[in-house]
Amino acid sequence: MSEPLRGVVFAHADLARALVGAVREIVGESAGLMAVSNAGGDRAALAQRLEEAVGGGPALVFADLAGGSCASVASAVARGRPGLRVVTGVNLPMLLEFAFHRDEGPDAAARRAALSGRAAVKEVGP
Amino acid sequence: MSVVLYRIDDRLIHGQVVVGWGQSVGAGFIALVDDEVRASDWEQELYRMGVPPSVEVEFASVAEAIGRVGAWEADPRRGIVLTSDIAGMAELCAGAPAVRKVNVGGIHYRSGRRERLRFVYLSDEEAGQLRRLAATGVSITAQDVPTAAPVPVERFA
Repeated sequence: MSEPLRGVVFAHADLARALVGAVREIVGESAGLMAVSNAGGDRAALAQRLEEAVGGGPALVFADLAGGSCASVASAVARGRPGLRVVTGVNLPMLLEFAFHRDEGPDAAARRAALSGRAAVKEVGP
Repeated sequence: MSVVLYRIDDRLIHGQVVVGWGQSVGAGFIALVDDEVRASDWEQELYRMGVPPSVEVEFASVAEAIGRVGAWEADPRRGIVLTSDIAGMAELCAGAPAVRKVNVGGIHYRSGRRERLRFVYLSDEEAGQLRRLAATGVSITAQDVPTAAPVPVERFA
């Protein structure tokens, strides 16, 4: 069996750490997720930080804001690396979905993340 | 309405620019002035990502930007002009005297630089570049987001 897919949450300030902490609280472990912040550093420094977290294997990067530095740097890092995919708009439900489907390839996992993340946004109330 | 912000920011188009400043000033266009990005289609695509459709993004080399400042200043929309470094903005100011005010928005740590403000790291040479630019009459302040107080150049360079 191949190595389970790695996930990296790449977000502003302390958001990534908080999200991975929330996954750990619900699932009981961090489920292959690492947290990376964009605090400090120019684009080259952010790219290096992300590359170290992603490693050389297949991985999915969960970025927060489309158009933000995390999403932009992640897209640049993923360019020409078919094993690395990026989704934006990270939320807790998509990370929980990822936690239970780490046997998928990065393409399927990215699709699943986008679908589950969107599906989790609901208007609630009378 | 013309250009409301000439900004030096080594992250170029990112959250603070698109959401923070873009929403706050009601930007209708963003001009990204950078020779490397100007020459790269995929990097341009990257920077367009996430910019709302109501905001036009234009890419220019520094040399091209000098010729475009007149049009940007005459544009009925509000605009933001970005360079990634001090040298690019200094060259733009030298070639386009209409640029009277520069915002230092984010220059991050790199070897040889030291912290001047939480979001501004400068080498001695870069600090000198900023002081020389200020000496030409360009008003320079540091301010990462619109709600922060602008810091005059004398306090950080």
